[in-house]
Amino acid sequence: MSNRLNNQHLLWRAGFGAAAKDIESLQELSPQQFWQQLKKDSEKQPEKLTVVENLVAPFFKDVYDLATIKKIEKENKAEISKKRLEMRKQSGEQLKSLNFLWSEQMVNSKAQLREKMSLFWHGHFACRLVNGYFQQELIHTIRTHALGKFGDLLKAVSKSAAMLQFLNNQQNRKQHPNENFAREVMELFTLGRGNYTETDIKEAARAFTGWTYNVNSDFSFREYLHDSGEKTFLGRTGRLDGDHILDILLENKTTARFITQKIYRFFVNEKINESKVDYLANRFYQSGYDIAALMDDIFSSSWFYDKENVGTRIKGPVELITGIMRFLPMILDNQNALLLFQNVLGQTLFFPPNVAGWPGGRNWIDSSTLIFRLQIPRVLAFNDSIDISARADDDVDMGREGAEKREKGFIGRAGSARISWEPVIEGFKKVSRDDLDNEIASFLLQSSGRINESVLTKYADLSGREAFLKNRIVQLMCTPEYQLC
Amino acid sequence: MLIKRRKFLQVGSLASTSLFMPKFLKAFESRALVPSGNKVLVVIQFSGGNDGLNTVIPITNDIYYRGRPVLGIDGSKAEKLETDFALHPELTHLKSLYGEGYLGILNGVGYPNPNRSHFRSMDIWQSGSHSQQYLSTGWLGRYLDAQCSGCDKPTQALEIDDILSLALKGEDEKGIAFKNPKRLFSGSNENYFKAISKSHEPTEETIDYLYKVMGNTLSSAEYIYNESMIHPTGAVYPNSNTGKALKTISSLILSDINTSVYYLSLGSFDTHINQAAQQTRLFKELNAAIASFTDDLKKNGRFNDVLIMTFSEFGRRVNQNASNGTDHGTANSMFFISGALKQKGLLNPLPDLENLDSGDLRYTIDFKSVYATVLRNWLGADDRKVLGEQFPLLSFI
Repeated sequence: MSNRLNNQHLLWRAGFGAAAKDIESLQELSPQQFWQQLKKDSEKQPEKLTVVENLVAPFFKDVYDLATIKKIEKENKAEISKKRLEMRKQSGEQLKSLNFLWSEQMVNSKAQLREKMSLFWHGHFACRLVNGYFQQELIHTIRTHALGKFGDLLKAVSKSAAMLQFLNNQQNRKQHPNENFAREVMELFTLGRGNYTETDIKEAARAFTGWTYNVNSDFSFREYLHDSGEKTFLGRTGRLDGDHILDILLENKTTARFITQKIYRFFVNEKINESKVDYLANRFYQSGYDIAALMDDIFSSSWFYDKENVGTRIKGPVELITGIMRFLPMILDNQNALLLFQNVLGQTLFFPPNVAGWPGGRNWIDSSTLIFRLQIPRVLAFNDSIDISARADDDVDMGREGAEKREKGFIGRAGSARISWEPVIEGFKKVSRDDLDNEIASFLLQSSGRINESVLTKYADLSGREAFLKNRIVQLMCTPEYQLC
Repeated sequence: MLIKRRKFLQVGSLASTSLFMPKFLKAFESRALVPSGNKVLVVIQFSGGNDGLNTVIPITNDIYYRGRPVLGIDGSKAEKLETDFALHPELTHLKSLYGEGYLGILNGVGYPNPNRSHFRSMDIWQSGSHSQQYLSTGWLGRYLDAQCSGCDKPTQALEIDDILSLALKGEDEKGIAFKNPKRLFSGSNENYFKAISKSHEPTEETIDYLYKVMGNTLSSAEYIYNESMIHPTGAVYPNSNTGKALKTISSLILSDINTSVYYLSLGSFDTHINQAAQQTRLFKELNAAIASFTDDLKKNGRFNDVLIMTFSEFGRRVNQNASNGTDHGTANSMFFISGALKQKGLLNPLPDLENLDSGDLRYTIDFKSVYATVLRNWLGADDRKVLGEQFPLLSFI
């Protein structure tokens, strides 16, 4: 296989595809050089995406002990609840802004690996909660630890206000345990189904009692709500608390296997190769759950570039849209179009279907989503009309008047984009007209299938080289082949 | 027969000739005409959590009126069915259907450990899962899987919407969603899609799968559109979304299409604020559309073959809130409308308002029992296979 195909493979999987400006270097560098560069570009800690300020924080500056926090809270009760309401009021809008900010990072950031890894964790630690501030903090946690130690990520997420709230650990108290948090931590975040008993869930729930967040939205351990008695969890007995439970889960090799398998399915192939996953999982466990090392094992391997792994994965909606926007740098006339596309294609950031995340693979595809996928590039590039309605979200609208009107305003003409074609035109400058058909196809399509040339010619714009180039790129993006990477 | 042949050719000429198409077309070719008598299910989803207590109103219950000093609907203003209960004042046609024996009402339908998030609870209803279970397929999608394994009949379940709901997504088979069959795949690129679909040669599993979905969608669009034009209903329907959707459905039922499930949504019923006006508006739309639809089906002798079922992701709390609305609750009522109900009217007792769970109704019937009944007794499917376990069957159909 050519360097270029391998490089594109790497860029699609470890990031969101090649940018127009990469066209020339794709031929020159080896995949190993590309991979080293990708790693390097993601070393830096990410900047926080901020859409809402913590208006309560000033009350608790440099205050950490629960008693003082409670005292301040009591003394400023009215003022604090006003600020909290203010923060929450615009949550729907805040989540929209957060979506735009993060999407922008995925398109333009050099830290492609970090953002892609974060998208994976965003689906793994799925949290559907209409609270702009909590979500802003959670995604920052995820992006910060995305390439670090899985244990740190697991603990930070488990102690986030967002997850504690979403999985009802606020209601998990000594006298009235709520098992939701404990159950999902095991079923979805660490071991996977079938590797624990209902008794383990009950015991873990007891250990997590008292895990909550304070008025400042920081993690808080409430001792008086905690069940400090003896518990037996996965064969260990003791006065276990929440941290002990997470440690025991991390000590269990099944967790490494479960996470590795999920990563393999997301980054390599929906179809599991058991021996490769076993190998990777062992090393992941030995490394102390070093995520960057695991990704290094995957992307440095030769089998990653095997034919069966190339061009056989269905891009998720966010990957698809981001990939188009990377190859064709653009400014959307109406930013809401991005939300509309995510919505109709079934992947709106910060709105996973449930705590299990987006199922992915062929689940992305039905007659409607495929039609929209095939139309979006033309809508963006040629201002083609597309008349579709996004699904309303009652959890966001909360029955407010005007919600339906807003929904109607949101549909219809999705709006076009101003594409800056220069980098693309520049990138193909040296390609002769005779080679152009093949060159464009091999830049855009990872699938081994090729579209019949005479069909493409029939729909080509032959009025000039630039017109041809633009039209051909868009036509190729409007194919089933382009849905794969 | 001549007409059928011509129609087949028409579909054939438009559809692709790729590997997948002959099989798909063969399915149409060998398909026996759907006999009148073929059972059809029409699901109407009330999105947003409809207030069941102001839908089926307990007009002699003091607890109801005490909890709803403003929102409580007086018995004299409601559509009285019996001495102790009435329908919302806008549901006049449903009252007529009740009188004729064509309406069944099931109360207290819900599930254990109810979830109050719209999305999650709708997920639970649409997938037919337990409260703590996450399924990526829907109950009607799995019905398609069970009915259609090994065959290509992508038009068995249709949703009148732009986006396909989870309810109609199976593991292998999925329903098709469209607002207007004519527009399903139209646009300036339609011929291009047909051309690339036609020229595709099998290469690799995943790409072939995408081409299969594309080819099926293209030819289904033609097929659905053509079917809807064979006997377009002459009846007058209201010009509302629900009216237009039921008109399309009626035209398809009157054709010989193989569709057995239709799905549409109405909303939003999320009435936290000023509930009365919102619910009234939506019920007005529903009532008028159902009136046209049932009259149409009766006139064409198909009312015995069609079952309309309504549901919502949850009901509302018993007491009204401070904004003349109601907040998210739990169990709810469901309507069943058909010319062929085995039991009519009130199918079980009204909710017990004296025995609440912190201000909420306790469910008395698991919705999955309702699904099981509809699957087995109406659609003739293996409910156990579709739902993953055996739920007690009801006897209204």
